[in-house]
Amino acid sequence: MKKNNWLTFGFQVGAIILALLFTTAVLLLAGAPPLQAYLSVIKGTVSSMDNVTNVLSAWAPLLLTTCGVLITFAAGLWNIGIEGQIMAGAIFTTGALRLLQNSSLSTGWILVIGFLAGLVGGAIWAALAGVLKIFGGVNEIFGGLGLNFVATAFALYLIIGPWARPGIASTSGTLMFPQKLWLPTLPKVALSPWALGVGLIVVILVYFLLRGTHFGLRLKAVGKNAKAAFLMGVPTWQYSMFAFLLCGSFAGLAGAIQVTSVYHRLTPAISSGYGFLGLLVAMLINYQALWAAPVALFFAALNIGGIQLPIVLKLDSSLSGVLQETMVLFVLLVEGARQQLFRKR
Amino acid sequence: MNSSSILLGLAGVLFGAAPIMFAVIGETITERAGIINLSLNGTILLSAMAGFAAAVGTGSIFLGFVAGAVIGALVALVVAFSSITLKQSQVAVGFVLTLLCRDLSYFLGHAYIGVGGPRLNAVPIPVLSRIPILGTLVFNQDVMTYGSFVIIFLAWFWIFRTRPGLMLRGIGERPAAAYVRGANVNRLRYIYTIIGGAIAGLAGPAFSLSVKAGWAGSLSGLDGYGWIALSITIFGGWDPFRAAFGVYLFAFLQWLGLVLQPYLPNIPTQVLQVAPFPLMILTLLLVNISNAEWVQRVLATLPEGTRRVVVKLLRALRASPPASLGVPFESE
Repeated sequence: MKKNNWLTFGFQVGAIILALLFTTAVLLLAGAPPLQAYLSVIKGTVSSMDNVTNVLSAWAPLLLTTCGVLITFAAGLWNIGIEGQIMAGAIFTTGALRLLQNSSLSTGWILVIGFLAGLVGGAIWAALAGVLKIFGGVNEIFGGLGLNFVATAFALYLIIGPWARPGIASTSGTLMFPQKLWLPTLPKVALSPWALGVGLIVVILVYFLLRGTHFGLRLKAVGKNAKAAFLMGVPTWQYSMFAFLLCGSFAGLAGAIQVTSVYHRLTPAISSGYGFLGLLVAMLINYQALWAAPVALFFAALNIGGIQLPIVLKLDSSLSGVLQETMVLFVLLVEGARQQLFRKR
Repeated sequence: MNSSSILLGLAGVLFGAAPIMFAVIGETITERAGIINLSLNGTILLSAMAGFAAAVGTGSIFLGFVAGAVIGALVALVVAFSSITLKQSQVAVGFVLTLLCRDLSYFLGHAYIGVGGPRLNAVPIPVLSRIPILGTLVFNQDVMTYGSFVIIFLAWFWIFRTRPGLMLRGIGERPAAAYVRGANVNRLRYIYTIIGGAIAGLAGPAFSLSVKAGWAGSLSGLDGYGWIALSITIFGGWDPFRAAFGVYLFAFLQWLGLVLQPYLPNIPTQVLQVAPFPLMILTLLLVNISNAEWVQRVLATLPEGTRRVVVKLLRALRASPPASLGVPFESE
């Protein structure tokens, strides 16, 4: 490694230490024992086979959303609407499974169609944000946010309305699907190799797409300077739209995984915040697809590790979020400081 | 529904709009200076929690509001430091902060869930509150609601009628020109970002000590208001009066949804509650669509008479941001 790279690395380690210090201060402020809290998070991820499989199960959808926003970030777009795109995917998957569950199709085909439906649902929802941005001049951040809330409302409407559980009007979720419609898992552990496979294939795909293809290069040109790219003959709006569609498709697949392999039904919180978390991962890895898989795994572990905090230490599970977000914040700040310090060399 | 309950309902609209008003006016001031503070949604949650905790801890509602303003100012300071001094993306930092503040409010506020706390009382203004209709509507509110009226006029007067206000517009529109005229652009941007953040920080306690008194963590129902406030800032075209119109329109429509609920039994409450969001998208579409390229192209093909009418209509709706919004300034 060159001296400069070591320096950058050192700054990043410094940022992580600062994030840990900040989070420790937050814990002390809440009157909680910091060491025990961290130990509880670590225990929550590795202490049992169940925990490890939960982490890996969370990894798959997070990989998909991270890869999705790497595409939109490359095109210079802030796809905050990704949460709604996961939801739309989950709604479409649930709809497809409901339609087909009593048909004569084999379960394998029903699941495949369910996944495709999720992909289409996510893509449609992303297309809405794209159309608003490209043809309506509405900033994708605000269009996307509005669409997130609309998607949640639509899911709620379905859950208490047409898809309500027989006899109960509850917003907690639809009736659970029969076990034959659950994504097949490995023997003895609740981990689906299919979900993980989809996630890992997409990571590899996106890595090579952004790194080694003509398409990726032009996409980045659109993101860096749309006007110049347009003058060079890149069909700018088509590329932006395609970035939205691709990201939406990945998000929709994440929704399909949540329905078929995690919750086995539609719930109002089915996205588990993986859309926003994907945005955070992308920022933390400085938009480099190479690091997407390990950092997404780390964030998935933090998420799962925090779940036990309310039971063990009577703390809110949002501690994981605090740690994830301070890490991203301090990495951004420290990187800014490094750039300013070494600017005039 | 009789006329007096409608009147009380409308007074409730003005009351319920107060927190959003502080958020929108604060953000308007910040963005006028050329900085986007995207952390609003998290700022409101954290300042609501901190304001409630401070008021419970000290027994003073006033200190609760001070705490809210301090939180708002601190978060804004981070935005200002990272974007002005460190030249990082305002959107990226704002987005991380909005999530961080939300999680901090849930984590630190865990102990305050369901705790009873103080609440602002209505303070009828003598004489004025006895004016028919207007008295009930405007002069029988709590202090923060009066404050939300005053802040509209104050902000407008400052931005459009004072010399420092002219400078404020200058550093958001053409910072280079303002710099030549002797303005310390980056210092002013710091100051206005912090002031705007402090004003927006009042929105939190205005919820937790008045409009939606108490703290219930993620069930407080405050998540989302910050994003609405950011949209209304755009809808308001960075003009306090137009922004105030947007805030009241939003609050009125929310109230209307509640009132109409019994007449629309097929639509669940949860759906009516998010009705403002499609509306928000629609209003953003209306104020932005004339900026889209294809609209200009279609306009050019229209016959002269029609075109003039359409252009006039679009221009009335359009809101153009300060020219240097989100653009860092370097003097050299």
